[in-house]
Amino acid sequence: MSERSARRRADGIDDATTAPPPGADQLSEADAAYLAGLAPATPTAYHRQNPLTKATAATMATLGAFVLGGYVGPLAILVLGVVPGAIVAGLLGRLVRLAALISLPIAVSVALVSVFTRAGETVLFVIGPFDATLEGVDFAAQIIVRLFVIAMALGLFGLTTDPRALVVDLERRGVPPRVAFAAAATLETIPAMIERAQTIQAAQRARGLDTEGSLGARVRGVMPLVGPVILSSLTEVEERSLALEVRAFGRPGRRHLLWTLPDSGRQRLVRWLLVGLFLAVAVGRVSGSLPAPL
Amino acid sequence: MLSMRGVSYRYPGYARQVLQDLDLEIAPGDIVGLVGRNDAGKSTLCLVAAGLAPASIGGTLTGEVRVDGISTVGRPTHELAASVGLVFQDSNTQRSGVTATVFEEVALGSVNLGRSVAETVRRTRDAMATLRIEALADRDPARLSGGQAQLVAVASILAMGPRLLVLDEPTAQLDPEGTRLVGAALRDLAATGTALLIAEHKTDLLDGLCSRIIALDGGRIALDGPAASVLEDPALAAIGVESPARVRLARAATERGLTIPAGAFAR
Ligand SMILES: Nc1ncnc2c1ncn2[C@@H]1O[C@H](COP(=O)(O)OP(=O)(O)OP(=O)(O)O)[C@@H](O)[C@H]1O
Ligand SMILES: [Mg+2]
Repeated sequence: MSERSARRRADGIDDATTAPPPGADQLSEADAAYLAGLAPATPTAYHRQNPLTKATAATMATLGAFVLGGYVGPLAILVLGVVPGAIVAGLLGRLVRLAALISLPIAVSVALVSVFTRAGETVLFVIGPFDATLEGVDFAAQIIVRLFVIAMALGLFGLTTDPRALVVDLERRGVPPRVAFAAAATLETIPAMIERAQTIQAAQRARGLDTEGSLGARVRGVMPLVGPVILSSLTEVEERSLALEVRAFGRPGRRHLLWTLPDSGRQRLVRWLLVGLFLAVAVGRVSGSLPAPL
Repeated sequence: MLSMRGVSYRYPGYARQVLQDLDLEIAPGDIVGLVGRNDAGKSTLCLVAAGLAPASIGGTLTGEVRVDGISTVGRPTHELAASVGLVFQDSNTQRSGVTATVFEEVALGSVNLGRSVAETVRRTRDAMATLRIEALADRDPARLSGGQAQLVAVASILAMGPRLLVLDEPTAQLDPEGTRLVGAALRDLAATGTALLIAEHKTDLLDGLCSRIIALDGGRIALDGPAASVLEDPALAAIGVESPARVRLARAATERGLTIPAGAFAR
């Protein structure tokens, strides 16, 4: 057994699906180079990590932020884990803007609800029947910190991983293609939805609907768009699954993919360490051997 | 290859039978054209023939649909997909949404069928060359013109090498050159023994291509016979199908008292 295939076996990757398939010897060098070029671009070392490694990191950061609570735990995850990753990937600025954008609407509603409805001793100020308490502010701030850390972790994964690369990698590891493809198809419908909203808006504007002008007019103008956008997106998912079925998608058995992403024993170790670290923290928190969240 | 006996079909949640009591037989190498006005049930027949209805979209099928002598009922679509290819009416429906380049899009079905990389590459190149879309190989499949998307849709099924190919208006968005390319590709395919069912409004395309034409009206077979006789049948107009130009030309000439030498407008 060559060192390489030994390592692959150690990685839990079925050799049969990654070793040169029968007939691959007929693949010309030019073809092989072309296929390698189809793999998604990986400009930095962080991008080059296997999708599963990046997915594991994002998931463990998310769960960790949840389980730890307070300020110190989630911020430690952010500063020690997510931020260095983002710096290596060269997109810290973009990631912070994205995470702020994602968490802002939820943060505002969480703040409004919890600041004024949370019972507490220390009243900060009173608006009408509502009194804002220190406890409420503290609670809201904790949730917002957690939310921001989670948005950063998931954003880093999203910005550095082509959903198709994840699909290919999951499929190679024996995840049912239906599950793998559904994930990518769903991700794909998001830009499609935005695009469709614009198309429908243009069509409705052409029929005299006011989608410009004052804020009130714009809100009224956008309301009739919501139905068609959601409905046509549902049809889209339905259509997509038909498109995949006629391509023999979901057929059980071996596949010889056009390109695969490198994985390594070290990455596998890192993944298990992340999972282990999370489990240790979770057990520590549940059993009370970790100090209360700060 | 495909055999339908007494087939009726109803979409889920609808009372109306969209297809009523159809009988249809397609042998290897046959090119069968399917005509009929909008709403006649052509697309529905395509879905039933490819086994997607009722297996994937539900609904009620009565009668019998057999591919290679085996009933399609209860057969998973991924299994049928190895022998039956379907090109949808809307090429956007056809797009998998999980590939970044046209090359991978065309290759997807072949990969899913478990072929070796070298064979997939060869079939993908062949299918793209047949439809002259090699230049699109590195383009994003979501950002193509309607006609380009349609050619990619046809290529992505061709690369799978189905033995029965069902095409629902494959040239609806194509210019005359693209239409000719698809026509020539289909003719070559039939010559290798593939059975073809083509729903199409362009009777001029079917005229030179098909061995047989079936005209649907209200979900029933209104006319069925050799291409030349169905396309020249005066009854075609009554069911909302326009005859090919050569037939209309010959008719107009005869009405004006011109004598047309026999065979002047032959196919
Ligand atoms: N998914 C569906 N659910 C319910 N009814 C449907 C569905 N798709 C089509 N129909 C109905 O079935 C009938 C036949 O439609 P079909 O699409 O087969 O016609 P067609 O001959 O392909 O028309 P066209 O030339 O416009 O493509 C129509 O009345 C249509 O409303
Ligand atoms: Mg149709």
